[in-house]
Amino acid sequence: MTTTSSTVEPRLLLSAPTRGDRVFRGVLSGSASLTMVILALIGLYLLSGALPELRADGLSFFTSLRWTELGPFGIGAVLYWTVVIALISLFIALPVSLALALAITQYASARVAAVLTILIDLLAALPSLIFGIWGLIFLQPRLVPVSEWLSQHLSFIPIFNVHGTNFKSSAFIAGVVSSLMIMPIITSIAREVFSRSPQGEVEAAYALGATRWSVIKTVILPFGRGGIVGGAMLGLGRALGETIVVVLIVSPTFLISPRILESGANSVAALIALRIGEAHGIAVNALMAAGLTLFVVTLLVNMIASAIVSRSRSGAGVEL
Amino acid sequence: MTLIEDTSTRPVRSLPSPRRLGGGRTERWVLLLSAASSFALVWVAYENLTPASGIVGFVLCWIVAFLAMVWLAERELHGSTAATDRTMGLLIVLVGAAVVATLATILGTVVVQGLKAMHLTFFSTTMAKTGPLSKATDGGALHSIIGTFEQVGIATTISVPLSLATAVFLSEGRGRLVRPVRTVVDAMSGVPSIVAGLFIYAAWVLRFGFSGLAAGFALSILMLPTVTRTSEEVLRLVPSGLKEAGFALGSPRWRTTLFVVLPTARSGLVTAILLGVARAVGDTAALIATAAGFDSLNLNPFHGQQDSLPLFVYKQIRIGLVDSQTQRAWTGALVLLGIVLVLFVLARIASSGQKVRLPRRRRSRSTQGAPE
Repeated sequence: MTTTSSTVEPRLLLSAPTRGDRVFRGVLSGSASLTMVILALIGLYLLSGALPELRADGLSFFTSLRWTELGPFGIGAVLYWTVVIALISLFIALPVSLALALAITQYASARVAAVLTILIDLLAALPSLIFGIWGLIFLQPRLVPVSEWLSQHLSFIPIFNVHGTNFKSSAFIAGVVSSLMIMPIITSIAREVFSRSPQGEVEAAYALGATRWSVIKTVILPFGRGGIVGGAMLGLGRALGETIVVVLIVSPTFLISPRILESGANSVAALIALRIGEAHGIAVNALMAAGLTLFVVTLLVNMIASAIVSRSRSGAGVEL
Repeated sequence: MTLIEDTSTRPVRSLPSPRRLGGGRTERWVLLLSAASSFALVWVAYENLTPASGIVGFVLCWIVAFLAMVWLAERELHGSTAATDRTMGLLIVLVGAAVVATLATILGTVVVQGLKAMHLTFFSTTMAKTGPLSKATDGGALHSIIGTFEQVGIATTISVPLSLATAVFLSEGRGRLVRPVRTVVDAMSGVPSIVAGLFIYAAWVLRFGFSGLAAGFALSILMLPTVTRTSEEVLRLVPSGLKEAGFALGSPRWRTTLFVVLPTARSGLVTAILLGVARAVGDTAALIATAAGFDSLNLNPFHGQQDSLPLFVYKQIRIGLVDSQTQRAWTGALVLLGIVLVLFVLARIASSGQKVRLPRRRRSRSTQGAPE
């Protein structure tokens, strides 16, 4: 006993990180910082590219409705249509996503809910190009009669009014197609928020004789309000940056009009995609300025959305 | 007597079971007759009285009329509260079915249209000798498929190590940098792909010209947040007991992470990477200003314009002057869809092989309200 205890040294306990650990830690925080550097670089490069154009046109770049070959450039109408298309798609996608999330969390059996969740994930994984080609060739001819009907019967509302007879390539059709693409993200956040609704309150409502719809109306929807608003804004952010669907479907215009059913719309992303190939000189700078605008807007929308979701009672701990 | 016994032995359910849709006999008759009467009503009003036409509008009007009928019938039978409950339930189920039907329509259309001009030479020829007057089965996407593989390969090589390191960093959850990095990764996932492409255009293409490498850079910006966030979620689920066991055995932190944490989460990490790759494969907007597209084979991703499958489809559909080009676009879209579907299914399989369960949202029901 005594002989062995003299030969076996107690193992050295280290509390300070080893050199390997310090290197490892350095690699990890280096990679993490690189992510931040990349985001900063995106902003800086776009800004430096945009500056010559912003100096040339000043604030009128954001308000003017002209886009000529060599300037002056203005994205007033482009910004307007970007927002209009995004709002149309949000207007369609939000109720549908809420219904889907309620179907998954409140109505479907566990198995059906699992299948629905997989299908929504699949919808999110489909490339926008697939939506674009489908929307252009399959959906557009089937939506034009709807546009015609709306314009015939509701034309006293300015947005449904149409001058002329061309109902194709409109903001409405692009909005419908991109609503399909933002539906998955709104659904997944709403679903997560709904599944966190307080079980005690739900059961209390049932015990008081509430129907399922009353429970949804009085407990689940109010509880999930923060998540719904945040999810809707995230969807809006995605819709603002949607490129291919808009490029394929709308016919570009630089005029502002309230008539969403009529041919002609635009978006910042589509403008860049369509013009970057042949742009030279100051036109490149103008496209950079447009890209910078889109970058800043989507960044702001996304950050506000994240803040709303994580600050709300329902969304605390929700993975965005 | 028996009634009391029954209720006491029945297991307590977490949710009461509300009336099932289409449950009772009366309910079924209500549904059937409402569907029939609303169909008749809409057929007369929509098809014959107004000058409108089109299947989409008809179905929309039919659904609205159907729900109204159900509400009226149910109100007669059970009162307005029950009627609203039932109508909203039907509406929600119908919306779910409509979304599933839409997804099926999209997939079905791409498959049916894509198969029309599908042929073996699509995978073995390029568009170098194909003009607008060629048949739909002339020319192919060999150059595009090779370009896609090279560009996505570059993007994966860049973004996967970076994302995994960032995910490990975030999942360890210590240090002042964690919060800002997480915010930035979240913000990055919302950066539109056209902006990523424009950034690479400004930072790289203006100096070195269009290339597959530039496209790889742009795609890696898109992959980064997807892979990072999914991996982080998986890594946080690795039981801390495993890590502590590693430390207790005297293993330094880096060894524990590399040989205990990462292998435990392996299949979840594979899922994360596959989802990232699936996002990169289908992206078009980031490539317009970086790879820029090319009609012939360019094997070298470091020099010169290169094509990719999304760009191939985009170009054919954008020109779309003649049917053969549109047909070719559909075929390309089908190939693209096939690749994405394979990646999606592989990701599913990998995540079902996950030892540590991936976060299933419904799990949180029992632990609701408790932020982790």
